[in-house]
Amino acid sequence: MALLQVDRLRVEFPARQRTLVAVDDVSLSIDAGEVLGVVGESGAGKSVTGAAIIGLIEPPGRIAGGEIRFAGRRIDCLPDDAKRHIRGREIGSVFQDPLTSLNPLFTVGQQLVETILAHSDRTAADARRHALRLLEEVGIPAPAQRIDAYPHEFSGGMRQRVVIALAICAAPRLIIADEPTTALDVSIQSQIIALLKRLCREHGTAIMLITHDMGVIAETADRVAVMYAGRIVEVGPVRQILRSPNHPYTQGLMESIPRLGSDSAPLAQIDGAMPRLHEIPVGCAFHPRCPDASERCRETRPALRMVADSASVACLLFDDGCADD
Amino acid sequence: MTGAQMTDTPEALIEVRDLAKTFDVSKPGLVRLLEGLPVQALKAVDGVAFSIRRGETFSLVGESGCGKSSVARMVVGLDRPTRGSVVFDGTDLAALRRRADIAPLRRRMQMIFQDPYASLNPRWRVADVVAEPLDAFGLVRSRSDRTEKVAEVLQQVGLSPDDGRKYPHEFSGGQRQRISIARALAANPDFVVCDEPTSALDVSVQAQILNLMKDLQQRFGLTYLFISHDLSVVNHVSSRIGVMYLGRLCEVATAGDLFRHPQHPYSRLLLDTIPDVAMAGRARAPVPGEVPDPIDPPPGCAFHPRCPFANERCLQERPEPARYGHSTVACHAVEEQRIPPFSRSNTGR
Repeated sequence: MALLQVDRLRVEFPARQRTLVAVDDVSLSIDAGEVLGVVGESGAGKSVTGAAIIGLIEPPGRIAGGEIRFAGRRIDCLPDDAKRHIRGREIGSVFQDPLTSLNPLFTVGQQLVETILAHSDRTAADARRHALRLLEEVGIPAPAQRIDAYPHEFSGGMRQRVVIALAICAAPRLIIADEPTTALDVSIQSQIIALLKRLCREHGTAIMLITHDMGVIAETADRVAVMYAGRIVEVGPVRQILRSPNHPYTQGLMESIPRLGSDSAPLAQIDGAMPRLHEIPVGCAFHPRCPDASERCRETRPALRMVADSASVACLLFDDGCADD
Repeated sequence: MTGAQMTDTPEALIEVRDLAKTFDVSKPGLVRLLEGLPVQALKAVDGVAFSIRRGETFSLVGESGCGKSSVARMVVGLDRPTRGSVVFDGTDLAALRRRADIAPLRRRMQMIFQDPYASLNPRWRVADVVAEPLDAFGLVRSRSDRTEKVAEVLQQVGLSPDDGRKYPHEFSGGQRQRISIARALAANPDFVVCDEPTSALDVSVQAQILNLMKDLQQRFGLTYLFISHDLSVVNHVSSRIGVMYLGRLCEVATAGDLFRHPQHPYSRLLLDTIPDVAMAGRARAPVPGEVPDPIDPPPGCAFHPRCPFANERCLQERPEPARYGHSTVACHAVEEQRIPPFSRSNTGR
């Protein structure tokens, strides 16, 4: 059984005129020890999906439909204090900007100890020992000297390591990592990715890696879900999706990435931009930009269907034998 | 000092010689006096020299804080260099003091900024944003000339003339960046400095903007100075590339040479850290260490603490740039031929 199972999730934000649907009918699952990459452009709904799983949707936003099950237990309709119990202890989170995830007024040691005490019944001295072990595990050099330093005394990469230490201090079974490397330089990025992968391997922690960077997905994820306008358009094993994408959007996305070794011919581009939430077209949300769109795409909304072993795509080109376009 | 070796091209539009910028990062005077602290200087740029030929794209790459944006700002005259000079089409910019002398050159160089949300005035209509250079340099005589010119540049960047009546908030990030490009083009410049023009954009939009910039370069014979931290973008757009580390240039090479035969150990490190979409499932070799504090850089070669080829000489003596083949490299290990040939495949263990 999957560790996390999301079924037909729908997240809405009521606005003055109408209700905006940020996540629409999203289903996904993550197994223990698996890295699921969630990729998409800004506004695709990937961060809102992550926030819904850890129960951090800010009102008036709300989960308007669907189910989220963690280790077999339904967690989307729990009361707030039960959610808080799961957050941190069962599901950890790492956000994009390490400077805003840490409290500037407390030392990293204080923040780690506080978090450890909140999630376990260790003594204060034991919690500090555990904090030191965690800092060492995430690769902070000389942790005994650094534990009493404030966040501003760390570099960006080191801060993100501290945030990861905070996320793993209760040994959660799932980590939601929302753009964990986006604010970092490339050489630091590779260090943080290597760290996340090691944690995943050594502790069997599952990771939901939310990013816009296909390169990061390529080397980290086992499976990848591609999101567009609040929906999953394609999901499957990472090699398959990256090498031979089926959905026209994924194809365009892959071709628009400049590659090393390619000549300087113009990049393939998808014209237009992703629709804003209040103007998502009916039918397939991608049809105005799709080179293969037909009359049917303007009316019928495609469902996610299995196309090859373990890869699924939501596109009418692959719908019940009409794939001969 | 380092000027001569890096610039030896006859038809250079821009020549940067021994450029340096030092920022005073000391504590306020009274605090310094009471606590007995010294004056602290941050050398953001130190002895950078390169030239850009007419019609080419020269890129500067490096990690945050390496000084690439400081160079860009000095090249267009937004910051005054502490030392060194910028020569534009044969004229030393620092030698010009009178506004009337500077203005004609200013018109010929324009800049596109990173964040299209911050670089457009939210209270101005797009037509006024785009017409600002026209008004500033007195390039149009009548109201109708102005409207016509604005409509023309908006069309050149793929927007409609009617978009001029709207405000910036009505546009997406990619369209806003088109507006900044239109503003840069309005004055018919020869030279455009692009400071991370696509790093705030999504990849599919990034491709649109890069294609547009390339197309405009061919149509108008523009020369670009392109600043980016993204090596695959730089590889795609550049003719020549300068790699910067802690305020200094460590390698200047053509795009082909840099990506096939990088010489400086830092260039190799950067190439190793590019996440490659084709490498699905394969791990990058994580590179140890971080960029040191620029207020207190290491002695000798600034890269030596992270360099696998560093020896005693690198710890003490700062390497000066010299030519090796078609590239210019500042490295003792390259000079002493202590570095094995580069191969990207054997780094992905």
